[in-house]
Amino acid sequence: MSTATETQRGRKAPAGERVADWADGRLGVYSLAKANMRKIFPDHWSFMLGEVALYSFIIIILTGVYLTLFFHPSMEEVVYHGPYVPMQGVRMSEAFASTLDISFEVRGGLLIRQIHHWAALIFLAAMLVHMMRVFFTGAFRKPREINWLFGFLLFFLGMLTGFTGYSLPDDLLSGTGLRFIEGVFLSIPVVGTYISMFVFGGEFPGMDLIPRLYPVHVLLLPGIMLGLLVAHLILVFYHKHTQYPGPGKTEKNVVGMPLLPVYMAKAGGFFFLVFGVIAILSAVATINPIWAIGPYRPDQVSTGAQPDWYMGFAEGLVRVMPGWEINAWGHTLVLGVFIPIVLFPLVLFAIGVYPFIESWITGDKREHHILDRPRNAPTRTAFGVAWLTAYLVMLVGGGNDLWATSFHLSINSITWFVRIGFFAGPVLAFIVTKRICLGLQRRDKDKVLHGRETGIIKRLPHGEFIEVHQPLSQEDLHKLTQHEQPEPYEVGPAEDENGVRRKIKGSQKLRAKLSKGYYGEDNVIPKPTAEEYKEITSGHGHH
Amino acid sequence: MEAAGNPFADPGLPPHEHRQQDIDERAARRSERTIALLFTVSMLATVAFIASYVAFPVDRIIYVFPLGHISALNFSLGLTLGIALFTIGAGAVHWARTLMSDVEVADERHPIEAAPEVKAKVLEDFAAGAAESGFGRRKLARNTLFGALTLVPLAGLVLLRDLGPLPQDKLRHTKWGKGKRLMNYNTMLALRPEDIAVGSLTFAMPEGMKESDHDFQTQIAKAALMLVRLQPENIKDKRELDWSHDGIVAFSKICTHVGCPINLYEQQTHHVLCPCHQSTFDLSDGGRVIFGPAGHALPQLRIGVNKDGYLEAKGDFAEPVGPAFWERG
Repeated sequence: MSTATETQRGRKAPAGERVADWADGRLGVYSLAKANMRKIFPDHWSFMLGEVALYSFIIIILTGVYLTLFFHPSMEEVVYHGPYVPMQGVRMSEAFASTLDISFEVRGGLLIRQIHHWAALIFLAAMLVHMMRVFFTGAFRKPREINWLFGFLLFFLGMLTGFTGYSLPDDLLSGTGLRFIEGVFLSIPVVGTYISMFVFGGEFPGMDLIPRLYPVHVLLLPGIMLGLLVAHLILVFYHKHTQYPGPGKTEKNVVGMPLLPVYMAKAGGFFFLVFGVIAILSAVATINPIWAIGPYRPDQVSTGAQPDWYMGFAEGLVRVMPGWEINAWGHTLVLGVFIPIVLFPLVLFAIGVYPFIESWITGDKREHHILDRPRNAPTRTAFGVAWLTAYLVMLVGGGNDLWATSFHLSINSITWFVRIGFFAGPVLAFIVTKRICLGLQRRDKDKVLHGRETGIIKRLPHGEFIEVHQPLSQEDLHKLTQHEQPEPYEVGPAEDENGVRRKIKGSQKLRAKLSKGYYGEDNVIPKPTAEEYKEITSGHGHH
Repeated sequence: MEAAGNPFADPGLPPHEHRQQDIDERAARRSERTIALLFTVSMLATVAFIASYVAFPVDRIIYVFPLGHISALNFSLGLTLGIALFTIGAGAVHWARTLMSDVEVADERHPIEAAPEVKAKVLEDFAAGAAESGFGRRKLARNTLFGALTLVPLAGLVLLRDLGPLPQDKLRHTKWGKGKRLMNYNTMLALRPEDIAVGSLTFAMPEGMKESDHDFQTQIAKAALMLVRLQPENIKDKRELDWSHDGIVAFSKICTHVGCPINLYEQQTHHVLCPCHQSTFDLSDGGRVIFGPAGHALPQLRIGVNKDGYLEAKGDFAEPVGPAFWERG
């Protein structure tokens, strides 16, 4: 039994090795390390976006634990007598008072509060941008659909956690947000008033909400998110990272540098970079100054009220929706609030389930580890841009008052712009994006066949001017032509070989139609073939 | 496929290009010094962080260009912490980029799916396990198990009942009632008609409510009232005119969209605007919605003057205030 801890010469192994031996006997760390210690990760700036999200999540947890040491999640009313003069003598909830204490009495408390809030904004932004990277490069394809779902859920839960978090200080702004939530509950058909009474523990605002939101914000939601995050990272390790196309990169390998030491240092260091930037941001840029906003009172409000940015999309839907109410048989259907609030998750879920829709349409059941260049998947790219357009149009809608006051526009025309833009914008974006993608495909084809434009103008002996084109390197030729161009799915002939009519399901026809939208003639520029290339480069047709 | 015939064939991984640090030990040592400098700066910044914590009182305000007057403690702590963290990161990344090997290597991938024989073994094991359990054969046991598992969560559901009271008619009533005087929201003094100036928005609450009341927040969330004085001939709505006093009209301050308090008044048009979602109501026309997402008019409170000359309510609101709900009708 001593062989593990002693070398063959009988010398005692170094302390580190002995600790590792001890751990291996109980946890099997050597097998774990064998698979992972020198695991290869490919290098690309866009792979860093998910890391920003991961590190800001860790920062949020660290600072959040600190804040719990001082925060009182209570709606009991107190009269403020603390050091912040403008609030002295003002009635407020204990939650608000303790947030003032964190900001003005606990040394460094304000910094930690601001880091916590800044990190939350960055966390959500990083997740969205990371999601877009994964989407536009097709990294969500098999085998990573489940991991896309985990990531999507993290994004969605992140929004809820952020909302419950900024509601806790019980300030005038966040209280107004909670009142909005009451209105949302009330709009739910049949059970709305019951849900509202049960959530608020009676009528709004009551005394129960903050104490109830607190465990949801500090335990329930982050607990679920932590689980999803760990699963997300385990799957990243298990699937191995995707890579961009390039020389030497195949579906069967992953090219990059090892975790130990390069990514230990780079990724570990990057955590400190993110934390450092957020700390400096929190030193110089005030966020959520609740002392300037004041405690919540249901009969007061400030103008220019805005939710945190990630709620702007939902806010926009609520603001621009016409106020439809249907009264019949003694009941009211509050569509003006209910439709936006159903639409909000539905629009998000559209992107959440996209991987499954695409794989159904294309019928592609193979594993993909080489990323798509977005131009080579024009329909997907166009769909993504259309989705983003809808999202951004609604962000404008969510801040329609700020747009109006900052740019001296009429609020009515902005609202109408958003109402129309929400439907027309994505369609327009879809068409434009697709054309741009096809244009870029044509340019790639041109470059492959005719080489790169050098900008050098040459005069031929007979007086003609031509631009010298430089042939691409082997690496570039490969990169621009490695992608697949599958055939669209076909329903097949309407009659089988015996002349009997085949039953063709509606879903099959739909699939064939959609598939044509992905791979049909009009949606792809055939990539250059070796024959075309040889024909042109053999000298018959110059330039 | 990979024959010379294919002009687009994958040329394979490009050869590694050496960095200055790979071939010149002096360059490598320069890098090392840079990294060490960054880590040293971090150490100094942490010391400065602790020094700031001790040195600056929590209420010290300083002027920092271009940020303005800010908390000295927050600024110094954040800056020093930020530098202490950032330089650790910068040092580590610089180390990785200049001194650690940047030779790209390839790892093999293996399919995620199990080999067919593995799958066959698993299916066989599962079939054996399932057969041994009798789950398919012992239908009575199985179905009662399903029944038990379906019912048992009901216990948890029932426990949620006491989260709150039933709605009953709570949303239909406010603190307003016949004879209750209208109290100025800022001074808490009873309002007289002459206190309501043309062109201004006055806020009121019912007599008898105190900020220190246990349920003040809940009550004011429904009872908040706003008053404006119009020229009686400008009031377009017949009922509104009947419920007004000398051109003074009282409307619920709670927006009928999702319950934000309304606080913006356009004197010329008699429109009020909710700042949250921009629902706009015409106070000269029965509180009708003229723009925005609100679905119905603002409820009006019927007012008059009591024998002492104070404004008073003639009753509660005739309809529920605030956002619509299923039972509102």
